[in-house]
Amino acid sequence: MITFFQNARLIDPEAGEERIGNLIVDAGLIAATDAANPPKGAEVIDCNGKCLAPGIIDVGVKIGEPGERHRESFRSAGQAAAAGGVTTIIARPDTDPAIDTPEMLEFVTRRAASATPVRIRHMAALTRARAGHEMTEIGFLRDAGAVAFSDVFNVTENTRVLSRCLTYAHSLGALVVGHPQDTGLSRGASVTSGKFASLRGLPAVSPLAERIGLDRDLGLVELTGARYHADQITTARALPPLERAKANGLDVTAGISVHHLTLNELDVGDYRTFFKLTPPLRSEDDRMAMVGAVASGVIDIICSMHTPQDEESKRLPYEAAASGAVGLQTLLPAALRLVHAGAIGLPQLFRALSHNPARRFGLPGGRLTPGAPADLVLFDPDAPFVLDRFTLLSKSKNTPFDGARLQGRVLATFVDGKRITP
Amino acid sequence: MAFRATHLLGIEHLAPPEITALLDLADTYVDLNRRTVKHANALAGMTQINMFFEASTRTQASFELAGKRLGADVMNMAMQASSLKKGETLIDTALTLNAMHPDLLVVRHPHSGAVNLLAQKVNCAVLNAGDGRHEHPTQALLDALTIRRRKGRLHRLTVAICGDIAHSRVARSNILLLGKMEARIRLIGPPTLMPSGVADWGVEVTDNMAEGLKGADVVMMLRLQKERMDGAFIPSEREYFHRFGLDAEKLAHAHPEAIVMHPGPMNRGVEIDGTLADDINRSVIQEQVEMGVAVRMAAMDLLARNLRAARGMAAMGEGA
Repeated sequence: MITFFQNARLIDPEAGEERIGNLIVDAGLIAATDAANPPKGAEVIDCNGKCLAPGIIDVGVKIGEPGERHRESFRSAGQAAAAGGVTTIIARPDTDPAIDTPEMLEFVTRRAASATPVRIRHMAALTRARAGHEMTEIGFLRDAGAVAFSDVFNVTENTRVLSRCLTYAHSLGALVVGHPQDTGLSRGASVTSGKFASLRGLPAVSPLAERIGLDRDLGLVELTGARYHADQITTARALPPLERAKANGLDVTAGISVHHLTLNELDVGDYRTFFKLTPPLRSEDDRMAMVGAVASGVIDIICSMHTPQDEESKRLPYEAAASGAVGLQTLLPAALRLVHAGAIGLPQLFRALSHNPARRFGLPGGRLTPGAPADLVLFDPDAPFVLDRFTLLSKSKNTPFDGARLQGRVLATFVDGKRITP
Repeated sequence: MAFRATHLLGIEHLAPPEITALLDLADTYVDLNRRTVKHANALAGMTQINMFFEASTRTQASFELAGKRLGADVMNMAMQASSLKKGETLIDTALTLNAMHPDLLVVRHPHSGAVNLLAQKVNCAVLNAGDGRHEHPTQALLDALTIRRRKGRLHRLTVAICGDIAHSRVARSNILLLGKMEARIRLIGPPTLMPSGVADWGVEVTDNMAEGLKGADVVMMLRLQKERMDGAFIPSEREYFHRFGLDAEKLAHAHPEAIVMHPGPMNRGVEIDGTLADDINRSVIQEQVEMGVAVRMAAMDLLARNLRAARGMAAMGEGA
């Protein structure tokens, strides 16, 4: 089957350019981007000059299977992803129990495939039960399809254990995703230290905890040669060591959640728990520095850090409330704030949303070139709307953007050239 | 009317005229409390519930007495022992109580912001009796009343606040209130007990008592919690007393007429010398307790007036 996307504003992150053109999809793959007329028998989709970009690859999505299906299932996550222009979810292993054996990985992979047309790839735990003591069967897990290894927010405190894990992972060429944080400083904290935290009387972590954690991890990467991705770099002080590591040729990349690029600590306001995140929201100075780091490419990947939480776990005093926000469906409109603010262009944005995640996690998508899978998002970057959280398709509605004015609507999402949005 | 607030959650949301109005009213209640017959009927027929999720003797007694003297039906609930143990959430507890139609809810909670959360869910006036490290507004108001009665004013006084600023809700509320009333504030304490971002607060900060107390009109000592004395924040109790404990020698750096305050309960020999605490010429610690009842009466009276006015408006709306 051949589909002809006509009159599209093609966003090509690889070439770093955008242009009005047509795109041909044949048998689930992109066949051409330079045809003037539709081939015979092709289905024609008129894009009306709206944007057509490689589908978003969202790194680090929490899905509640197994253990917390009341918060999110593969089905509901898939629906939210499709509505948000996400064509590949890279799921986190911080489930209950953790995804730390090949049997468990096979089980969730099978369940995911039957539940949603959105591609779901899994990260596996780096250590058993994410407890930081014994490494998982990294080789078997890789054979079973794990795209990376991570204990998510559980920092491997024992440096010797982490060093061995990195050494072993390196021998297999496996990617390790770390959460750089000094736990001695961050334990129990729910906001970033500073004037706001002090006035609110909340337990706080110094922004330096991220830098200290990153310094240690980068030291071990230098020692072991491992492939390393920092899940979220959110503070200005962590940028120089990151830049240095990259300049020295270490195999290092870094991500950031869209929330840390578009919100700051003051948004917590009067103890609004939907703004409680891990790591906590930062100062406006830090936020600005991170936007700059995305623009300059020091930060490689923008993700949603989708973390569904039910109402009960958020309706508590701030310190006691659960951390995290849903983001699959708001990732694109929130990230477009950076484009509308003039900080980055659309090709650059999709480099961070699609192209870089694909390259880093070894996936075929993230490109608009012939031969790439036809995982596409068609969207209107300017359409304004006010978000009502109860319209989200996730089972959990814990978004910090409730009532926010956003700009950018997904018109259709395609996986393998097939439309997966209604 | 100058006082427009519907809850007393913190000093942060009060305007200077509201503070002045409250202190003026409290002055009249001081006179009432000194009579043999101490009854007024500002809260007659109203129900006041004291919910203390954290142990307290003096604050709870003060609120209870204040309510009773104004004619309210007062109920005390020791929340540590109750439903929370059974797994009920704060909001459910609040909704349960709300169904009993209280008019005034006095809440103390170990988590910062918990009282704000609760205030969103009930339709009566909520008074914060201390939430985590956030605020303790009635303490700051009673301190202000004590100072104003002794010194005749609040503006352009130099107030030194000494001790564990980082963990103190009393310090936060006092800094906010004294700042709004244009007093000059100095914070004195070891850097490990100073909050982050304190440099942006518009106050002077020092770790030297002699320097900090120099010329001070008011010296406010804070309680040092036992669990912070074990070496994690300060090396030892005795080193702390040596450097930061208030005694006659250190107080000599302050203004000769300076008054000494403490929110209680005191650790004699840790943050304050026992003899000095008992010196009736310098220490106003007992007076603070007296002012506490008057300030709480004034706060509840003003909130009750606003509550009646709001309910009256709502009833008129229904009638129309």
